[in-house]
Amino acid sequence: MNLWALVIATCAGCYALKLAGYLVPSRVLDQPRVRRLVELLPVALLVALIVVQGFGDGRHIHVDGARLAGFGVGAFAVWRRAPFLLVVVAAALTAALIRLA
Amino acid sequence: MESESSRAVVRDSLGVGLAAGSFGVAFGVASAAAGLSTLQTMLLSLLAFTGGTQFAVISVVSSGGTLAAALGSGLLLGARNTLYGMRLAPLLRPRGVRRLVVAQGTIDETTAMAVVRRDPSLGRLAFWTTFAGCFVVWNTATAIGAVGARALGDPAKYGLDAVIPAAFLALLAPRLRAGAIERRIAVGAGVIALALIPFTPPGIPVLAACAALLLAGSR
Repeated sequence: MNLWALVIATCAGCYALKLAGYLVPSRVLDQPRVRRLVELLPVALLVALIVVQGFGDGRHIHVDGARLAGFGVGAFAVWRRAPFLLVVVAAALTAALIRLA
Repeated sequence: MESESSRAVVRDSLGVGLAAGSFGVAFGVASAAAGLSTLQTMLLSLLAFTGGTQFAVISVVSSGGTLAAALGSGLLLGARNTLYGMRLAPLLRPRGVRRLVVAQGTIDETTAMAVVRRDPSLGRLAFWTTFAGCFVVWNTATAIGAVGARALGDPAKYGLDAVIPAAFLALLAPRLRAGAIERRIAVGAGVIALALIPFTPPGIPVLAACAALLLAGSR
């Protein structure tokens, strides 16, 4: 994959999406159905990203014990409403220690 | 109300900016681990400047997805910034070149801090201080993470591959707590993504999981 093309397209696309909010007449997009859809999109995308990152390896279902354990500890920290820093450090540390063992 | 004084607004806004720090370091580290150069990583933070999207893009890259899949999931996540712009426009009323600057600052944090103020001038103050705080901290933190990760070497050795899903979950948690429809969509999206991994090219399971939104309309 051409990473440069991806970086440039991502930057341009993100900026265009932000700017559109100030340029597009609000009655075009500001309808309850559209708003709800855009608000809910991140839920589906984030869950799918977690699943793919946690259980996928290319086209295979692959479970990496250390990564999964790290994620589990991170998930526990999120559930306990720990600050973000603690969540990521706990996840990384757990995975690292298991690989060390 | 104490939270409605301009000092309190500045303090809260800068606090939100500082909180972006650990997330920024995590992004820098994860991006380096996904194979992006330090320059590419820093350009994403400077120019895309929207954390969830940036994480999504590098996550699809690291799982071996195509350019289109990475870009698609990133832009779908970034679409909410368009709605934020529509909410902020009447408050900020930007004109001309100012509009170009305001647009770049239109993200989760600035919108959340600005729209809760009853006094419009405090709303504008909240937008600009949150924007400034987040922008400086986010980009500095990204650079630290990217350079640091490169110095460390093999990311898996330090468990850095577990950071990406944990970071996504931290972003997701407030939405899951928001309601039953959100949780229903989450389960649906998870099942779709998992089921498709063996059958589709990497990246497609993430895009296809958006079909779970149909569950929102079923009741």
